[in-house]
Amino acid sequence: MIEINKFKSIINKGGLAASEATNQLVGSLLAGDKKKHPPVLWLGTNTCAGDSISFLNSLDPGYRAIITDLIDFRYNHFVMSAEGDMATGVLQDILAKFAGEYILIVEGTVPTRSNGLYCVLGQRSGEPYTALAAVRELGMAAGHVVAVGTCAAFGGPYAAQPNPSGGKSVQEVLNRKVINVPGCPVNPGWIVGTLAHLVWYGEPELDKYNRPTLFYGETIHNLCQRRHYFDSGIFASQPGEPWCMYKVGCKGPVTFADCPYRQWNGEHINWPVKANTPCIGCVSPEFPEHTMPFFEHLPDIHLPGITVNANRIGAVTGTLTALGIGSHLAVSIIKGRLPKTVKIGLAPSKPGLEVLQTTPVQVLVDSIKKKLKKKH
Amino acid sequence: MKKITINPVTRANSPFMVEAVISQGKVVEARCSVQFFRGFELILRDRDPRDASYLTERVCGICSSAHGTAAAYALEDAAGVRPPHNGNVLRNLILGADLLQNHIRHFYLLSLPDYVRGPDMHPFVPGYSKDFRLAGRDNEAMLQNYYEALEMARLAHEMVALFGAKAPFPHSILAGGSTVAPTADVVLNFRSKLKKINDFIANRMIVDVHTLAEVYADYYTIGGRTADMLVFGIFPRDQDDRARYFSCGALLEGQVHQVNAQAINEDLSHAWYEHSTAANDGGIGAEKIPNNKGMLNEQTAPNREKKGAYSWVKAPRYNGRAVEGGPLARLWISGDYRHGVSTMDRIMARVLETQKVGQLMAGWLEELRPGEPVYKPFKVPHEAIGVGLTGAMRGPLGHWLRIEKGRIADYRIITPTAWNMSPRDAEGQPGPMEQSLLNTPVADENEPIEISRVVRSFDPCSACATHVIAPGKSLREFIISV
Repeated sequence: MIEINKFKSIINKGGLAASEATNQLVGSLLAGDKKKHPPVLWLGTNTCAGDSISFLNSLDPGYRAIITDLIDFRYNHFVMSAEGDMATGVLQDILAKFAGEYILIVEGTVPTRSNGLYCVLGQRSGEPYTALAAVRELGMAAGHVVAVGTCAAFGGPYAAQPNPSGGKSVQEVLNRKVINVPGCPVNPGWIVGTLAHLVWYGEPELDKYNRPTLFYGETIHNLCQRRHYFDSGIFASQPGEPWCMYKVGCKGPVTFADCPYRQWNGEHINWPVKANTPCIGCVSPEFPEHTMPFFEHLPDIHLPGITVNANRIGAVTGTLTALGIGSHLAVSIIKGRLPKTVKIGLAPSKPGLEVLQTTPVQVLVDSIKKKLKKKH
Repeated sequence: MKKITINPVTRANSPFMVEAVISQGKVVEARCSVQFFRGFELILRDRDPRDASYLTERVCGICSSAHGTAAAYALEDAAGVRPPHNGNVLRNLILGADLLQNHIRHFYLLSLPDYVRGPDMHPFVPGYSKDFRLAGRDNEAMLQNYYEALEMARLAHEMVALFGAKAPFPHSILAGGSTVAPTADVVLNFRSKLKKINDFIANRMIVDVHTLAEVYADYYTIGGRTADMLVFGIFPRDQDDRARYFSCGALLEGQVHQVNAQAINEDLSHAWYEHSTAANDGGIGAEKIPNNKGMLNEQTAPNREKKGAYSWVKAPRYNGRAVEGGPLARLWISGDYRHGVSTMDRIMARVLETQKVGQLMAGWLEELRPGEPVYKPFKVPHEAIGVGLTGAMRGPLGHWLRIEKGRIADYRIITPTAWNMSPRDAEGQPGPMEQSLLNTPVADENEPIEISRVVRSFDPCSACATHVIAPGKSLREFIISV
């Protein structure tokens, strides 16, 4: 551990940037007595690399401290020096030497069409090494498998209808436990925090979608700084207004994440609602399919006989916004299959919180059917 | 003759593959192949047009603002609405900040490891061992700047978040304008971060690129090709978009021309797609769209098994020519930099553009008018067509939108990397990146770092590259707004 006097001398030393000294300090604090330093493989499958970029945006600790003192960052196509067979060789090397120890992080959906040829990560013996094969092979031998970002965790945008690549979540192609750290992109705090938990304390507590409850334990709506506007019925009527975004389509009531507290980027300076835009539910298993249209609220659907309260309206929002998506979804709604998070939103509140009366699902379904019949 | 395969090419936004045939120490033939496909345009169909800004940002994690912007322009075009003054300036600032982020990250994180010897730790090792020419002191300084650049790129993304909600995937780029009021405290915060970045660019990045250009001067003669380039224009000067800070133009053999939308074509002879009527490996996306306006009525479908094809990228051509986009094209057409077309020229232009945009942004901050609106409400039209043209960090970006019954009936994205990394066309003409690789000397076939340097000078991004568009049709509905 770096001593405070030494730290001061580093800070005072001319020519050395303060951030560098801070990084050294953070680094040594991070390392502390925690000697573990597991190899981490970060596979980008069908991804936009947004989660890699977001990971690089981590502030405390910064990327340098993370790779120096928390993990042994072996493979990530965005930053690694090696390429070609040399890069693919890293994967094989880790598999041979660190089976059961390394952490596999997967970013992106895993396409399954044409035997996985819709995403090729490299080659082996001159043959395409598909993401599908890599995730299965490296996933089975990993100490932990982490699906980072909503694509890897739940399918995300690329697996949305009509899912041209046959994209699946990591869990759908891997017969073992996968820790899901969703977000589009993932917040650096969520993934770096999950990694620290894995390295220091082992597997974190997970919710029913295998998301760490540490980050995904409460709805955005319940943590929102603008909750009082909602309770007072003061709603923005368009993006850009500084009030509750609920009627502009905010999915905060059915979205489980700590965005209002954590916020985004470096100094945690902003997040969608603070920027006068709706939450689009990007950490949800249903994103984007069931959280679209993003700006749609559909307040004209009435539920006779139901007293409105916050939790109920949340559930209603999630369901009703699904209406606008198209016939393939409407059919599933008519069949009574509601988006998964809506069901959570309808579940009784946790002990310790005010228990509110929930909305009967059937009432919603009936009213949606009625609405659809009128439309056609 | 020997064939080298680099698969994956790393330090790019999503991996891709390069195959090069080497004869007498030089590349005599090259193929660039994008190895993944998502089918974004098919996913966009039948959705709310307002959602396109957010959804298309998910095409690319490193230039998401560019897609958000193109989508916003396209819907504004379709709806016949203009953003308020502040909305335009704010969107320029968000996209500008994201461009700074991209260029700083590309230069230091993605490019420099080809020239600077990294520290002896993962993920810097393993790596190539040869042709690292920087003197120990310079190498060390640049390595320090590598880490400093990480901070600067993060800071640039904080600027995106200040006005944009978060980064990547900022929420405040919308048709109708933007959403965060430019109050004094936020403007001050943005200005302070911008100043730090501009100082870094002036004192480190510019210095580093000149050191690099001096030590690796031979790269002014490697990776060259004819000066054939395309720019769609970027950063509207006012809300009516009468002119842009980087002008729209086509460069053919070094001569600047006005862009003629009729000249844009796409060829799919060597891409893994079929016409809708042909066989494909599953038929998704093969459905025909009614041709009620004489537009883009043919559909293509992915077919990974197609004979003779080798990439998920189609081959867009301008006047039948393979044209490249990016900072070099933008600076060339705006007259700021016309030194040459090569690996080092592309790198140099990228750094100079970073400086130029950073300085422009300081001026844009002055244009903000606190208290005035940032967003203009509008109605999504029942039936309309809209086109949004801008530049992503790595080249021309176009979004094309057809609305029917208030929903997205058809959405097309023409990406920069499709231009830059395109495969051969029906005439056998290679794409710009493939052309640039020709004659590249390769000293050691086991460490073909020269190939990597040429390829990365394009800031390749296969994440954005793969898409679906009609073959053999000129996009005559394209509206070039400059």
